Amino acid sequence: MNDMSTLHHVSPLTHSLSTLGGELGRGGLDLARIRADFPILRQRVHDKPLIYLDNAASVQKPKAVIDAISDCYSHYYANIHRGVHLLSERSTAAYEGAREKVRAFLNAASVQEIIFTRSTTESINLVASSFGGSTVKAGDEIVITGMEHHSNIVPWQLLCERTGATLKVIPFTDAGELILEEYERLLDSGRVKLVALVHLSNALGTINPAKWMIDLAHARGIPVLVDGAQSVPHLAVDVRELDCEFYAFSGHKLYGPSGVGVLYGKQALLEAMPPYQGGGDMIRLVTFEKTEYADLPNKFEAGTPNIAGVIGLGAALDWLNAIGLDAVAAYEHELLDYATAQLQEIPGLAIMGTARDKAALAAFTIQGIHPHDIGTILDREGVAIRAGHHCAQPVMQRYGVPATARASFAVYNTRDEVDALIKALWKVKELFE
Amino acid sequence: MSDLRDLYQEVILDHNKRPRNFRILPQPTHHADGVNPLCGDRISVYLDIEDGVIKDIAFQGAGCAISSASASLMTEALKGKPVNEIEHLFEAFHNVVTTDCECPKGLGKLSVLAGVRDYPSRVKCATLAWHAVRAALEERKQTVATE
Repeated sequence: MNDMSTLHHVSPLTHSLSTLGGELGRGGLDLARIRADFPILRQRVHDKPLIYLDNAASVQKPKAVIDAISDCYSHYYANIHRGVHLLSERSTAAYEGAREKVRAFLNAASVQEIIFTRSTTESINLVASSFGGSTVKAGDEIVITGMEHHSNIVPWQLLCERTGATLKVIPFTDAGELILEEYERLLDSGRVKLVALVHLSNALGTINPAKWMIDLAHARGIPVLVDGAQSVPHLAVDVRELDCEFYAFSGHKLYGPSGVGVLYGKQALLEAMPPYQGGGDMIRLVTFEKTEYADLPNKFEAGTPNIAGVIGLGAALDWLNAIGLDAVAAYEHELLDYATAQLQEIPGLAIMGTARDKAALAAFTIQGIHPHDIGTILDREGVAIRAGHHCAQPVMQRYGVPATARASFAVYNTRDEVDALIKALWKVKELFE
Repeated sequence: MSDLRDLYQEVILDHNKRPRNFRILPQPTHHADGVNPLCGDRISVYLDIEDGVIKDIAFQGAGCAISSASASLMTEALKGKPVNEIEHLFEAFHNVVTTDCECPKGLGKLSVLAGVRDYPSRVKCATLAWHAVRAALEERKQTVATE
Protein backbone atom coordinates (compact mmCIF):
# COMPACT_ATOMS: atom_id res chain seq x y z
CA MET A 1 0.00 0.00 0.00
CA ASN A 2 2.68 2.49 0.95
CA ASP A 3 5.75 2.86 -1.12
CA MET A 4 8.33 2.28 1.57
CA SER A 5 11.11 2.88 -0.90
CA THR A 6 10.42 6.62 -0.68
CA LEU A 7 11.12 6.69 3.02
CA HIS A 8 14.86 7.27 3.03
CA HIS A 9 15.19 10.37 5.15
CA VAL A 10 18.37 9.74 6.98
CA SER A 11 21.46 10.76 5.09
CA PRO A 12 25.11 10.96 6.08
CA LEU A 13 26.20 14.08 7.93
CA THR A 14 28.59 14.94 5.17
CA HIS A 15 25.76 15.49 2.72
CA SER A 16 25.16 19.16 2.02
CA LEU A 17 22.03 20.91 0.89
CA SER A 18 22.35 24.05 -1.10
CA THR A 19 18.59 24.54 -1.43
CA LEU A 20 18.13 24.88 2.31
CA GLY A 21 21.28 26.82 3.00
CA GLY A 22 23.17 23.69 3.94
CA GLU A 23 20.59 22.79 6.52
CA LEU A 24 21.19 19.41 7.94
CA GLY A 25 20.04 18.71 11.45
CA ARG A 26 22.60 17.46 13.91
CA GLY A 27 20.78 14.16 13.90
CA GLY A 28 21.64 13.84 10.22
CA LEU A 29 18.11 14.51 9.00
CA ASP A 30 17.74 15.23 5.32
CA LEU A 31 15.43 18.23 5.67
CA ALA A 32 14.97 18.80 1.95
CA ARG A 33 13.82 15.22 1.64
CA ILE A 34 11.52 15.48 4.64
CA ARG A 35 9.99 18.74 3.43
CA ALA A 36 9.44 17.28 -0.02
CA ASP A 37 7.11 14.75 1.62
CA PHE A 38 4.66 17.55 2.56
CA PRO A 39 2.73 18.88 -0.45
CA ILE A 40 1.04 21.57 1.64
CA LEU A 41 4.34 23.22 2.53
CA ARG A 42 4.97 24.09 -1.12
CA GLN A 43 2.70 27.08 -1.19
CA ARG A 44 2.68 30.80 -0.66
CA VAL A 45 0.26 32.61 1.64
CA HIS A 46 -0.28 36.37 1.29
CA ASP A 47 2.38 36.14 -1.42
CA LYS A 48 5.02 34.85 1.04
CA PRO A 49 6.33 31.29 1.44
CA LEU A 50 4.22 29.44 4.00
CA ILE A 51 6.02 28.99 7.30
CA TYR A 52 3.89 26.70 9.39
CA LEU A 53 4.66 27.02 13.10
CA ASP A 54 1.30 25.93 14.52
CA ASN A 55 2.26 22.29 14.86
CA ALA A 56 1.15 21.92 18.46
CA ALA A 57 -2.40 22.64 17.30
CA SER A 58 -2.18 20.20 14.41
CA VAL A 59 0.67 19.01 12.28
CA GLN A 60 0.71 18.74 8.46
CA LYS A 61 0.52 15.37 6.72
CA PRO A 62 3.19 13.65 4.62
CA LYS A 63 2.26 12.31 1.22
CA ALA A 64 2.57 8.74 2.52
CA VAL A 65 -0.40 9.40 4.82
CA ILE A 66 -2.47 11.17 2.17
CA ASP A 67 -1.73 8.32 -0.25
CA ALA A 68 -2.59 5.62 2.27
CA ILE A 69 -6.01 7.17 2.87
CA SER A 70 -6.58 7.70 -0.83
CA ASP A 71 -5.41 4.15 -1.57
CA CYS A 72 -7.90 2.74 0.93
CA TYR A 73 -10.84 4.63 -0.56
CA SER A 74 -9.67 4.03 -4.13
CA HIS A 75 -8.95 0.32 -3.94
CA TYR A 76 -10.14 -1.69 -0.96
CA TYR A 77 -12.50 0.27 1.29
CA ALA A 78 -15.35 -1.62 2.95
CA ASN A 79 -16.69 -1.98 6.46
CA ILE A 80 -14.52 -4.05 8.76
CA HIS A 81 -14.96 -7.12 10.98
CA ARG A 82 -18.12 -8.33 9.30
CA GLY A 83 -17.91 -8.83 5.56
CA VAL A 84 -17.20 -12.19 4.01
CA HIS A 85 -16.09 -10.47 0.85
CA LEU A 86 -12.58 -9.61 -0.28
CA LEU A 87 -12.70 -5.84 0.27
CA SER A 88 -13.91 -6.22 3.84
CA GLU A 89 -11.15 -8.71 4.51
CA ARG A 90 -8.57 -6.33 3.09
CA SER A 91 -9.93 -3.34 5.03
CA THR A 92 -10.01 -5.37 8.22
CA ALA A 93 -6.43 -6.52 7.69
CA ALA A 94 -5.25 -2.94 7.08
CA TYR A 95 -7.19 -1.60 10.07
CA GLU A 96 -5.90 -4.29 12.41
CA GLY A 97 -2.44 -3.89 10.88
CA ALA A 98 -2.51 -0.27 12.00
CA ARG A 99 -3.40 -1.39 15.50
CA GLU A 100 -0.28 -3.56 15.55
CA LYS A 101 1.77 -0.55 14.38
CA VAL A 102 0.41 1.51 17.27
CA ARG A 103 1.17 -1.34 19.69
CA ALA A 104 4.75 -1.48 18.47
CA PHE A 105 5.04 2.33 18.54
CA LEU A 106 4.09 2.37 22.24
CA ASN A 107 5.75 -0.97 23.01
CA ALA A 108 2.48 -2.19 24.50
CA ALA A 109 2.26 -5.87 25.42
CA SER A 110 -0.76 -6.68 23.27
CA VAL A 111 -2.96 -5.25 20.51
CA GLN A 112 -5.86 -5.84 22.88
CA GLU A 113 -4.56 -2.87 24.86
CA ILE A 114 -4.91 -0.48 21.90
CA ILE A 115 -8.33 1.17 21.58
CA PHE A 116 -9.08 3.45 18.64
CA THR A 117 -11.12 6.53 19.49
CA ARG A 118 -11.89 9.87 17.83
CA SER A 119 -9.26 11.89 19.67
CA THR A 120 -7.20 12.29 22.82
CA THR A 121 -10.27 14.00 24.26
CA GLU A 122 -12.45 10.97 23.63
CA SER A 123 -9.78 8.65 25.02
CA ILE A 124 -9.74 10.62 28.28
CA ASN A 125 -13.53 10.80 28.39
CA LEU A 126 -13.64 7.03 27.92
CA VAL A 127 -11.47 6.51 31.01
CA ALA A 128 -13.32 9.17 33.03
CA SER A 129 -16.66 7.65 32.15
CA SER A 130 -15.89 3.93 32.27
CA PHE A 131 -13.04 3.57 34.76
CA GLY A 132 -13.93 6.70 36.73
CA GLY A 133 -17.64 6.01 36.70
CA SER A 134 -17.17 2.50 38.08
CA THR A 135 -14.47 3.19 40.69
CA VAL A 136 -14.73 6.79 41.89
CA LYS A 137 -17.07 7.57 44.77
CA ALA A 138 -18.05 10.59 46.86
CA GLY A 139 -15.11 11.81 48.94
CA ASP A 140 -12.51 10.40 46.54
CA GLU A 141 -9.95 12.64 44.84
CA ILE A 142 -8.59 12.92 41.29
CA VAL A 143 -5.18 14.59 40.96
CA ILE A 144 -4.26 16.55 37.82
CA THR A 145 -1.52 19.09 37.10
CA GLY A 146 -1.98 22.84 36.85
CA MET A 147 -0.82 22.78 33.24
CA GLU A 148 -3.48 20.52 31.75
CA HIS A 149 -5.25 21.11 28.46
CA HIS A 150 -9.00 21.57 28.99
CA SER A 151 -9.45 18.02 27.68
CA ASN A 152 -7.70 16.66 30.77
CA ILE A 153 -9.61 18.94 33.16
CA VAL A 154 -13.24 18.99 32.11
CA PRO A 155 -13.85 15.19 31.89
CA TRP A 156 -12.64 14.92 35.50
CA GLN A 157 -14.76 17.87 36.61
CA LEU A 158 -17.78 16.17 35.07
CA LEU A 159 -16.87 12.95 36.87
CA CYS A 160 -16.49 14.86 40.15
CA GLU A 161 -19.91 16.48 39.65
CA ARG A 162 -21.49 13.09 39.03
CA THR A 163 -19.84 11.30 41.92
CA GLY A 164 -19.11 13.92 44.58
CA ALA A 165 -15.35 13.43 44.21
CA THR A 166 -12.90 16.35 44.34
CA LEU A 167 -10.35 17.56 41.81
CA LYS A 168 -6.88 18.35 43.20
CA VAL A 169 -4.32 20.30 41.23
CA ILE A 170 -0.51 20.06 41.37
CA PRO A 171 0.86 23.64 41.21
CA PHE A 172 3.87 24.63 39.13
CA THR A 173 6.68 27.17 39.36
CA ASP A 174 7.16 30.34 37.30
CA ALA A 175 9.49 28.36 35.06
CA GLY A 176 6.66 25.92 34.35
CA GLU A 177 7.89 22.97 36.41
CA LEU A 178 5.58 20.98 38.64
CA ILE A 179 6.18 21.36 42.38
CA LEU A 180 6.75 17.71 43.13
CA GLU A 181 6.68 18.07 46.93
CA GLU A 182 3.10 19.30 46.50
CA TYR A 183 2.36 16.30 44.30
CA GLU A 184 3.55 13.91 47.01
CA ARG A 185 1.55 15.81 49.60
CA LEU A 186 -1.60 15.44 47.47
CA LEU A 187 -0.95 11.72 46.94
CA ASP A 188 -0.66 11.20 50.70
CA SER A 189 -4.29 12.17 51.40
CA GLY A 190 -5.26 8.50 51.13
CA ARG A 191 -8.27 9.44 49.02
CA VAL A 192 -6.72 9.69 45.55
CA LYS A 193 -8.29 7.29 43.05
CA LEU A 194 -6.48 8.43 39.90
CA VAL A 195 -3.70 10.72 38.72
CA ALA A 196 -4.18 12.29 35.26
CA LEU A 197 -1.15 14.17 34.03
CA VAL A 198 0.00 15.80 30.85
CA HIS A 199 3.28 14.41 29.50
CA LEU A 200 4.23 17.50 27.47
CA SER A 201 2.42 20.79 28.10
CA ASN A 202 0.93 22.39 24.98
CA ALA A 203 0.97 25.83 26.61
CA LEU A 204 4.48 25.76 28.11
CA GLY A 205 6.45 23.01 26.40
CA THR A 206 7.32 21.46 29.75
CA ILE A 207 8.09 17.74 29.67
CA ASN A 208 6.89 16.38 32.99
CA PRO A 209 8.83 13.61 34.77
CA ALA A 210 6.11 11.08 34.00
CA LYS A 211 8.02 7.95 34.96
CA TRP A 212 8.97 9.35 38.33
CA MET A 213 5.44 10.62 38.99
CA ILE A 214 3.90 7.28 37.99
CA ASP A 215 6.25 5.44 40.37
CA LEU A 216 5.23 7.74 43.23
CA ALA A 217 1.54 7.10 42.53
CA HIS A 218 2.08 3.35 42.24
CA ALA A 219 3.89 3.28 45.57
CA ARG A 220 0.49 4.26 47.00
CA GLY A 221 -1.50 1.94 44.73
CA ILE A 222 -2.89 4.80 42.60
CA PRO A 223 -3.36 4.32 38.83
CA VAL A 224 -2.15 6.97 36.37
CA LEU A 225 -3.46 8.27 33.05
CA VAL A 226 -0.99 10.16 30.85
CA ASP A 227 -2.20 12.69 28.27
CA GLY A 228 0.30 12.16 25.50
CA ALA A 229 -1.29 14.34 22.80
CA GLN A 230 1.76 16.60 22.58
CA SER A 231 4.46 14.13 23.58
CA VAL A 232 4.11 11.34 21.01
CA PRO A 233 5.37 13.39 18.03
CA HIS A 234 8.38 14.66 19.96
CA LEU A 235 9.72 11.93 22.23
CA ALA A 236 9.81 8.15 22.18
CA VAL A 237 7.18 6.65 24.49
CA ASP A 238 7.37 3.16 25.97
CA VAL A 239 4.23 2.42 27.98
CA ARG A 240 5.75 -0.65 29.60
CA GLU A 241 8.73 1.32 30.80
CA LEU A 242 6.48 4.15 32.01
CA ASP A 243 4.16 1.52 33.52
CA CYS A 244 1.19 3.93 33.30
CA GLU A 245 -2.31 2.45 33.41
CA PHE A 246 -3.58 4.60 30.52
CA TYR A 247 -1.90 6.61 27.76
CA ALA A 248 -4.00 8.81 25.44
CA PHE A 249 -3.04 10.54 22.20
CA SER A 250 -4.35 11.75 18.83
CA GLY A 251 -3.40 10.94 15.26
CA HIS A 252 -3.49 14.49 13.96
CA LYS A 253 -0.55 15.74 16.01
CA LEU A 254 1.43 12.69 14.96
CA TYR A 255 1.45 13.35 11.19
CA GLY A 256 -1.72 11.29 10.85
CA PRO A 257 -5.28 12.38 10.07
CA SER A 258 -7.67 14.11 12.45
CA GLY A 259 -10.61 12.15 13.78
CA VAL A 260 -8.47 9.30 15.09
CA GLY A 261 -7.30 8.91 18.65
CA VAL A 262 -5.73 6.13 20.68
CA LEU A 263 -6.23 4.91 24.18
CA TYR A 264 -3.66 2.51 25.56
CA GLY A 265 -4.84 0.75 28.70
CA LYS A 266 -3.46 -2.14 30.73
CA GLN A 267 -5.36 -5.22 29.72
CA ALA A 268 -6.57 -6.28 33.18
CA LEU A 269 -8.03 -2.81 33.78
CA LEU A 270 -9.69 -2.60 30.38
CA GLU A 271 -11.21 -6.03 30.89
CA ALA A 272 -12.66 -5.02 34.24
CA MET A 273 -14.09 -1.74 32.92
CA PRO A 274 -17.68 -1.48 31.65
CA PRO A 275 -18.20 -0.42 27.99
CA TYR A 276 -18.11 3.29 27.23
CA GLN A 277 -20.62 3.32 24.37
CA GLY A 278 -23.02 0.68 23.19
CA GLY A 279 -23.62 -0.29 19.60
CA GLY A 280 -22.43 -2.45 16.78
CA ASP A 281 -19.04 -4.18 16.82
CA MET A 282 -18.74 -4.09 20.63
CA ILE A 283 -21.04 -7.02 21.29
CA ARG A 284 -20.85 -10.78 21.17
CA LEU A 285 -24.53 -11.56 21.49
CA VAL A 286 -27.56 -9.30 21.75
CA THR A 287 -31.02 -10.29 22.86
CA PHE A 288 -33.60 -7.93 24.31
CA GLU A 289 -32.99 -9.49 27.69
CA LYS A 290 -29.22 -9.35 27.83
CA THR A 291 -26.14 -8.41 25.84
CA GLU A 292 -22.74 -10.04 26.02
CA TYR A 293 -19.90 -7.72 25.19
CA ALA A 294 -17.11 -8.40 22.76
CA ASP A 295 -13.55 -9.03 23.91
CA LEU A 296 -10.90 -6.32 23.89
CA PRO A 297 -10.32 -4.14 22.03
CA ASN A 298 -13.72 -4.25 20.29
CA LYS A 299 -15.60 -3.81 23.56
CA PHE A 300 -14.56 -0.14 23.45
CA GLU A 301 -15.03 0.44 19.72
CA ALA A 302 -18.77 0.71 19.22
CA GLY A 303 -19.95 1.62 15.74
CA THR A 304 -18.10 1.82 12.46
CA PRO A 305 -14.78 3.49 13.23
CA ASN A 306 -12.71 5.92 11.16
CA ILE A 307 -11.33 3.07 9.05
CA ALA A 308 -9.29 5.05 6.52
CA GLY A 309 -8.17 7.41 9.29
CA VAL A 310 -6.78 4.56 11.36
CA ILE A 311 -5.00 3.21 8.28
CA GLY A 312 -3.63 6.74 7.69
CA LEU A 313 -2.33 6.81 11.25
CA GLY A 314 -0.55 3.53 10.60
CA ALA A 315 1.12 5.11 7.55
CA ALA A 316 2.12 8.11 9.68
CA LEU A 317 3.85 5.80 12.14
CA ASP A 318 5.73 4.09 9.31
CA TRP A 319 6.81 7.49 8.05
CA LEU A 320 7.92 8.68 11.48
CA ASN A 321 9.69 5.42 12.31
CA ALA A 322 11.71 5.71 9.10
CA ILE A 323 13.15 8.98 10.45
CA GLY A 324 13.32 7.83 14.04
CA LEU A 325 11.90 9.71 17.01
CA ASP A 326 15.30 10.09 18.64
CA ALA A 327 16.59 11.92 15.57
CA VAL A 328 13.40 14.01 15.50
CA ALA A 329 13.77 14.93 19.17
CA ALA A 330 17.44 15.86 18.78
CA TYR A 331 16.76 18.02 15.75
CA GLU A 332 13.73 19.79 17.24
CA HIS A 333 15.66 20.46 20.42
CA GLU A 334 18.36 22.14 18.42
CA LEU A 335 15.72 24.20 16.57
CA LEU A 336 14.10 25.26 19.84
CA ASP A 337 17.43 26.39 21.29
CA TYR A 338 18.11 28.35 18.11
CA ALA A 339 14.67 30.02 18.28
CA THR A 340 14.82 30.70 22.02
CA ALA A 341 18.16 32.49 21.78
CA GLN A 342 16.82 34.84 19.10
CA LEU A 343 13.45 35.41 20.75
CA GLN A 344 15.21 36.54 23.91
CA GLU A 345 16.89 39.34 21.99
CA ILE A 346 13.57 41.02 21.16
CA PRO A 347 12.92 43.79 23.72
CA GLY A 348 9.76 43.31 25.77
CA LEU A 349 9.38 39.67 24.71
CA ALA A 350 8.88 37.23 27.56
CA ILE A 351 8.90 33.46 27.06
CA MET A 352 6.32 31.61 29.13
CA GLY A 353 7.60 28.18 30.09
CA THR A 354 11.31 27.85 30.69
CA ALA A 355 11.45 24.39 32.19
CA ARG A 356 14.79 22.59 32.11
CA ASP A 357 13.15 19.69 30.31
CA LYS A 358 11.25 21.34 27.48
CA ALA A 359 10.33 20.52 23.89
CA ALA A 360 9.20 21.79 20.58
CA LEU A 361 7.46 25.08 21.32
CA ALA A 362 7.96 28.65 22.47
CA ALA A 363 5.03 30.50 24.02
CA PHE A 364 5.58 34.20 24.52
CA THR A 365 4.13 37.64 25.06
CA ILE A 366 5.42 41.01 23.89
CA GLN A 367 4.85 43.94 26.21
CA GLY A 368 2.12 46.27 24.95
CA ILE A 369 1.16 44.08 21.99
CA HIS A 370 -1.67 41.60 22.19
CA PRO A 371 -0.95 38.06 20.93
CA HIS A 372 -3.80 38.29 18.40
CA ASP A 373 -2.23 41.31 16.80
CA ILE A 374 1.09 39.44 16.71
CA GLY A 375 -0.68 36.48 15.08
CA THR A 376 -2.39 38.61 12.44
CA ILE A 377 0.78 40.48 11.49
CA LEU A 378 2.84 37.27 11.35
CA ASP A 379 0.20 35.66 9.15
CA ARG A 380 0.62 38.46 6.60
CA GLU A 381 4.32 37.62 6.60
CA GLY A 382 3.46 34.01 5.80
CA VAL A 383 4.15 32.78 9.34
CA ALA A 384 1.36 30.72 10.92
CA ILE A 385 1.40 30.66 14.71
CA ARG A 386 -1.26 30.23 17.38
CA ALA A 387 -2.48 33.14 19.47
CA GLY A 388 -4.86 32.59 22.32
CA HIS A 389 -5.22 30.59 25.50
CA HIS A 390 -4.34 27.27 23.84
CA CYS A 391 -7.24 25.51 25.58
CA ALA A 392 -5.29 25.92 28.81
CA GLN A 393 -6.99 28.87 30.49
CA PRO A 394 -5.78 27.94 34.00
CA VAL A 395 -2.20 28.27 32.71
CA MET A 396 -2.98 31.78 31.42
CA GLN A 397 -4.55 32.61 34.80
CA ARG A 398 -1.44 31.30 36.56
CA TYR A 399 0.70 33.87 34.71
CA GLY A 400 -1.96 36.58 34.73
CA VAL A 401 -2.10 36.96 30.95
CA PRO A 402 -5.21 36.68 28.75
CA ALA A 403 -3.36 34.89 25.97
CA THR A 404 0.05 34.10 24.52
CA ALA A 405 1.55 33.75 21.07
CA ARG A 406 2.98 30.28 20.43
CA ALA A 407 5.39 29.07 17.78
CA SER A 408 5.53 25.29 17.77
CA PHE A 409 7.87 23.17 15.72
CA ALA A 410 7.73 19.94 13.75
CA VAL A 411 10.48 17.92 12.15
CA TYR A 412 10.01 19.71 8.81
CA ASN A 413 10.74 23.19 10.19
CA THR A 414 14.09 24.80 9.44
CA ARG A 415 16.42 27.41 10.86
CA ASP A 416 15.54 29.62 7.90
CA GLU A 417 11.94 29.50 9.05
CA VAL A 418 12.95 30.46 12.58
CA ASP A 419 14.83 33.41 11.07
CA ALA A 420 11.68 34.41 9.17
CA LEU A 421 9.66 34.23 12.40
CA ILE A 422 12.13 36.49 14.17
CA LYS A 423 12.21 38.93 11.27
CA ALA A 424 8.41 39.08 11.27
CA LEU A 425 8.37 39.70 15.02
CA TRP A 426 10.66 42.70 14.52
CA LYS A 427 8.09 43.96 12.01
CA VAL A 428 5.41 43.62 14.68
CA LYS A 429 7.52 45.77 16.99
CA GLU A 430 8.08 48.31 14.23
CA LEU A 431 4.37 48.59 13.41
CA PHE A 432 3.36 49.10 17.03
CA GLU A 433 6.07 51.57 17.93
CA MET B 1 3.47 45.90 5.38
CA SER B 2 1.25 48.28 3.36
CA ASP B 3 -1.85 46.10 3.68
CA LEU B 4 -1.19 45.70 7.39
CA ARG B 5 -1.29 49.49 7.63
CA ASP B 6 -4.84 49.31 6.26
CA LEU B 7 -5.77 47.30 9.32
CA TYR B 8 -3.50 48.92 11.87
CA GLN B 9 -4.12 52.55 10.96
CA GLU B 10 -2.58 55.30 13.04
CA VAL B 11 -5.94 56.13 14.62
CA ILE B 12 -6.34 52.51 15.72
CA LEU B 13 -2.82 52.29 17.12
CA ASP B 14 -3.39 55.57 18.93
CA HIS B 15 -6.69 54.46 20.48
CA ASN B 16 -5.08 51.17 21.46
CA LYS B 17 -2.25 52.94 23.23
CA ARG B 18 -4.41 55.66 24.76
CA PRO B 19 -7.96 54.34 24.92
CA ARG B 20 -10.59 57.08 25.49
CA ASN B 21 -13.21 56.72 28.21
CA PHE B 22 -11.20 53.86 29.69
CA ARG B 23 -12.63 53.89 33.19
CA ILE B 24 -15.45 52.58 35.34
CA LEU B 25 -18.64 54.62 35.79
CA PRO B 26 -19.38 54.48 39.53
CA GLN B 27 -23.14 54.32 39.15
CA PRO B 28 -24.04 53.34 35.60
CA THR B 29 -27.66 52.89 34.62
CA HIS B 30 -26.56 50.04 32.38
CA HIS B 31 -23.62 47.69 32.44
CA ALA B 32 -22.58 44.48 30.71
CA ASP B 33 -19.52 42.32 30.21
CA GLY B 34 -18.47 40.98 26.86
CA VAL B 35 -16.16 38.03 26.34
CA ASN B 36 -14.73 36.40 23.28
CA PRO B 37 -14.49 32.88 24.68
CA LEU B 38 -12.25 31.66 21.88
CA CYS B 39 -9.57 34.29 22.33
CA GLY B 40 -10.10 35.42 25.91
CA ASP B 41 -10.74 39.11 25.19
CA ARG B 42 -12.79 40.68 27.96
CA ILE B 43 -14.56 43.99 28.09
CA SER B 44 -16.93 45.73 30.49
CA VAL B 45 -19.06 48.63 29.25
CA TYR B 46 -20.82 51.15 31.43
CA LEU B 47 -23.58 53.49 30.28
CA ASP B 48 -25.28 56.41 31.93
CA ILE B 49 -28.57 56.96 30.13
CA GLU B 50 -30.86 59.85 30.91
CA ASP B 51 -34.07 60.66 29.03
CA GLY B 52 -33.16 58.23 26.26
CA VAL B 53 -29.76 59.83 25.68
CA ILE B 54 -26.32 58.39 26.43
CA LYS B 55 -24.96 61.01 28.82
CA ASP B 56 -21.80 59.07 29.58
CA ILE B 57 -20.20 55.84 28.42
CA ALA B 58 -16.98 54.11 29.47
CA PHE B 59 -15.26 50.77 29.20
CA GLN B 60 -12.55 48.64 30.72
CA GLY B 61 -10.99 45.38 29.72
CA ALA B 62 -8.11 43.57 28.12
CA GLY B 63 -8.00 42.71 24.47
CA CYS B 64 -6.14 43.09 21.23
CA ALA B 65 -5.50 46.41 19.49
CA ILE B 66 -8.57 45.98 17.31
CA SER B 67 -10.98 45.28 20.17
CA SER B 68 -9.51 48.00 22.41
CA ALA B 69 -9.47 50.64 19.66
CA SER B 70 -12.96 49.67 18.52
CA ALA B 71 -14.31 50.00 22.06
CA SER B 72 -12.58 53.34 22.51
CA LEU B 73 -13.87 54.70 19.20
CA MET B 74 -17.33 53.37 19.98
CA THR B 75 -17.51 55.27 23.28
CA GLU B 76 -16.57 58.47 21.46
CA ALA B 77 -19.17 57.82 18.79
CA LEU B 78 -21.99 56.98 21.19
CA LYS B 79 -21.55 59.68 23.80
CA GLY B 80 -24.46 62.13 23.51
CA LYS B 81 -26.38 59.95 21.06
CA PRO B 82 -30.02 58.96 21.58
CA VAL B 83 -30.31 55.31 22.60
CA ASN B 84 -32.62 54.56 19.69
CA GLU B 85 -29.84 55.35 17.23
CA ILE B 86 -27.43 52.73 18.60
CA GLU B 87 -28.93 49.78 16.77
CA HIS B 88 -28.82 51.62 13.45
CA LEU B 89 -25.21 52.68 14.02
CA PHE B 90 -24.15 49.16 15.00
CA GLU B 91 -25.76 47.80 11.86
CA ALA B 92 -23.92 50.31 9.70
CA PHE B 93 -20.65 49.58 11.51
CA HIS B 94 -21.17 45.83 11.19
CA ASN B 95 -21.69 46.25 7.46
CA VAL B 96 -18.48 48.22 7.17
CA VAL B 97 -16.35 45.60 8.93
CA THR B 98 -17.90 42.61 7.18
CA THR B 99 -18.76 43.70 3.63
CA ASP B 100 -17.26 45.72 0.79
CA CYS B 101 -19.86 48.47 1.18
CA GLU B 102 -19.05 52.16 0.94
CA CYS B 103 -18.57 53.67 4.38
CA PRO B 104 -21.63 55.76 5.25
CA LYS B 105 -20.72 59.34 6.25
CA GLY B 106 -22.52 59.11 9.58
CA LEU B 107 -19.95 56.63 10.89
CA GLY B 108 -17.23 59.25 11.22
CA LYS B 109 -14.02 57.94 12.76
CA LEU B 110 -15.48 54.44 13.15
CA SER B 111 -14.75 53.91 9.48
CA VAL B 112 -11.03 53.52 10.20
CA LEU B 113 -11.94 49.96 11.22
CA ALA B 114 -13.05 49.14 7.67
CA GLY B 115 -9.73 47.32 7.15
CA VAL B 116 -11.05 44.53 9.40
CA ARG B 117 -13.18 43.29 6.49
CA ASP B 118 -10.07 41.72 4.98
CA TYR B 119 -9.39 39.80 8.22
CA PRO B 120 -12.49 37.67 8.85
CA SER B 121 -11.05 36.15 12.03
CA ARG B 122 -10.79 39.64 13.54
CA VAL B 123 -14.40 40.76 12.99
CA LYS B 124 -15.34 39.45 16.41
CA CYS B 125 -12.65 41.65 17.95
CA ALA B 126 -14.06 44.78 16.27
CA THR B 127 -17.63 44.04 17.29
CA LEU B 128 -17.12 42.82 20.88
CA ALA B 129 -17.72 46.22 22.51
CA TRP B 130 -20.86 46.74 20.45
CA HIS B 131 -22.26 43.39 21.48
CA ALA B 132 -21.57 44.32 25.09
CA VAL B 133 -23.50 47.59 24.69
CA ARG B 134 -26.38 45.71 23.15
CA ALA B 135 -26.37 43.26 26.06
CA ALA B 136 -26.36 46.16 28.53
CA LEU B 137 -29.42 47.66 26.86
CA GLU B 138 -31.23 44.33 26.66
CA GLU B 139 -30.76 43.92 30.37
CA ARG B 140 -32.73 47.12 30.79
CA LYS B 141 -35.46 45.79 28.54
CA GLN B 142 -35.67 42.61 30.60
CA THR B 143 -35.94 44.61 33.80
CA VAL B 144 -38.69 46.69 32.27
CA ALA B 145 -40.50 43.56 31.15
CA THR B 146 -40.49 41.97 34.60
CA GLU B 147 -41.75 45.05 36.43
